[in-house]
Amino acid sequence: MSDSEVILAISGLQSAFKSRSGSVRAVRNLNFNIGAGKTLALVGESGSGKSVTSLAIMGLLPQAGYIAGGSVIYKNRSGELIDLTQQNAAQMRKIRGREIAMIFQEPMTSLNPLFSIGDQIGEMLLLHTDLNTAARQAKVIEMLELVEIPAAASRFHDYPHELSGGMRQRVMIAMAMILKPALLIADEPTTALDVTIQAQILDLMRRLQKELNMAILFITHDMGVVAEMADEVAVMYAGEIVEQAPVQQLFKNPSHPYTQGLLKSIPGASGIIRSEDGKLQAIPGSIPMLNAMPEGCSFGPRCASFTSGCESSVEMKATDPLHWVRCRRTGENAYV
Amino acid sequence: MAATAMTDEPSFLTTLLARRSVVIALGAIGTIIFMALFANWLTPYELAEISIRNRLTPPGTNWWLGSDSLGRDVYTRLLYAGQISLSIGLVVALISSLCGILIGLLAGYFSKLDAVLSRVIDAMMAFPDILLAIALVAALGGSMINIIIALSIVYTPRIARIVRASTFVIRELAYVEAARALGVSTWRILIFHLLRNMVSPIMVQATFIFAYAMLSEAGLSFLGVGVDPSTPTWGTMINEGRQYLDQASYLILAPGLAITVSVLALQIIGDGLRDALDPRIAKEL
Ligand SMILES: Nc1ncnc2c1ncn2[C@@H]1O[C@H](COP(=O)(O)OP(=O)(O)OP(=O)(O)O)[C@@H](O)[C@H]1O
Ligand SMILES: [Mg+2]
Repeated sequence: MSDSEVILAISGLQSAFKSRSGSVRAVRNLNFNIGAGKTLALVGESGSGKSVTSLAIMGLLPQAGYIAGGSVIYKNRSGELIDLTQQNAAQMRKIRGREIAMIFQEPMTSLNPLFSIGDQIGEMLLLHTDLNTAARQAKVIEMLELVEIPAAASRFHDYPHELSGGMRQRVMIAMAMILKPALLIADEPTTALDVTIQAQILDLMRRLQKELNMAILFITHDMGVVAEMADEVAVMYAGEIVEQAPVQQLFKNPSHPYTQGLLKSIPGASGIIRSEDGKLQAIPGSIPMLNAMPEGCSFGPRCASFTSGCESSVEMKATDPLHWVRCRRTGENAYV
Repeated sequence: MAATAMTDEPSFLTTLLARRSVVIALGAIGTIIFMALFANWLTPYELAEISIRNRLTPPGTNWWLGSDSLGRDVYTRLLYAGQISLSIGLVVALISSLCGILIGLLAGYFSKLDAVLSRVIDAMMAFPDILLAIALVAALGGSMINIIIALSIVYTPRIARIVRASTFVIRELAYVEAARALGVSTWRILIFHLLRNMVSPIMVQATFIFAYAMLSEAGLSFLGVGVDPSTPTWGTMINEGRQYLDQASYLILAPGLAITVSVLALQIIGDGLRDALDPRIAKEL
């Protein structure tokens, strides 16, 4: 993070859900920073708390959810530092869309079927600027061109059902980026798309990121996408980060057994070990239930190198100035 | 759909008018509304014109639909009564739609309010319409305004329930969350994103309420708890005519038919709307 100013600093973030049997913590003591114009990939299996983290940042946790501690410091356009966890609803509304935008996985359902795409993108301008109708329309068409929608001007009045999934995700990106936010949170934006379309969307996001000098929090469970997009990677497991490093470092020297397991599941990646029958190696077992977290290391029960010492809690340790790992056995080498 | 090959889907109006029953129903209710609206041009008589000498005359050339116990022209009264009966139906449909939308959206979107609101809605829906209406009119007193208020209260839960249920479904849809994530305010989401998506079920239900409200007004008048008996409505006309049933059955026949035709037409239109607005059924037509 040394080469760019930090625009989002999360420290000690905890978020929990109320349930009948008391509250359960879905995100436990999270720390990470994102630099301006940089991409941090947040990876981890389903249920590890990636979406909860992003919704907590945006102040959009579902009704039963709440932030149980920590801070999310955001540096806004005028350079003020604000704690997003302390903003009221009206303040957050001004931040969403204009400062921090978010796009979701489902391009098929993220657009309202009853409004034309032009109107939906234009709504952003209507809400956050005082441009008149003609100026808004011109700006929307410009944005549609920027996200490479062919014949942009004639697409203005199209409805979502007239577009393919890839085109709809472009529309979502246009909507999210039209106000030039400083941070984009993308929660698995390409998971629902097929591979070629996925590559195009990733290209588009990278290009727009450069043009707008926008930071991206990229949420995915696809290590292939991580390799392509990220500057920095945070690996999340059961609500906490277990390893964090610059992308090359992480791929070259994955140090947490969980990260190693995730990397083994990239199809076709070089240097990746496949099991004897040639199948991708998945990590045996599944993520623990939120209300039944194991003592100590939460990955312990699934870890091949588990020892009795792993039953007491473990902090993040730096193995290298920029490489942090939450594993008692890091450096022992024996288990790799 | 060969006729509309240029567009991907047949338009809503095309689908609606593809049913002959709907066209007939629209024609019928349109005629009734037209006649009521232009009553003073369509009859030579004044509304209150009394001719005791000619009381209870059967239908004929001077009194097309006969005359009543005070010698007033039944046809004339039928037209003017239509103005009031139709207005009551329409106003009740509008008021209960507005209140129902408001209550339904609040209950559906804010779960804290839902606990209270949905209990009230359920309690009200548990009463038969007419009983609830009678109770309310008894409490409020029997003026026209009070009838409208009472019937609006009776029918508000029907809309509220639909809106609440639709809100539950729609607010979980990805585009509502996506809109929130891009800084759209709660009210804007409620009105533009949620309400826009439930226009069709509300319209259908409002059409039915229009019909039910007219029927209920007649029911209340018939039971003697409706509007002031001197106000001409189809309900009060039936109530008056009832006393002369054996001598002049035409007195209740005319307003009875007017109500029946109007209610039937509205129901057919409501069904047609529902089908035309449902994209799955619309395609099959
Ligand atoms: N509304 C909710 N109520 C209760 N628990 C929830 C709720 N939403 C999420 N959780 C819990 O929080 C944990 C983290 O969920 P989250 O959606 O963040 O996972 P994720 O990493 O985004 O997974 P995926 O890759 O499937 O999107 C899960 O254990 C989940 O059960
Ligand atoms: Mg998720």
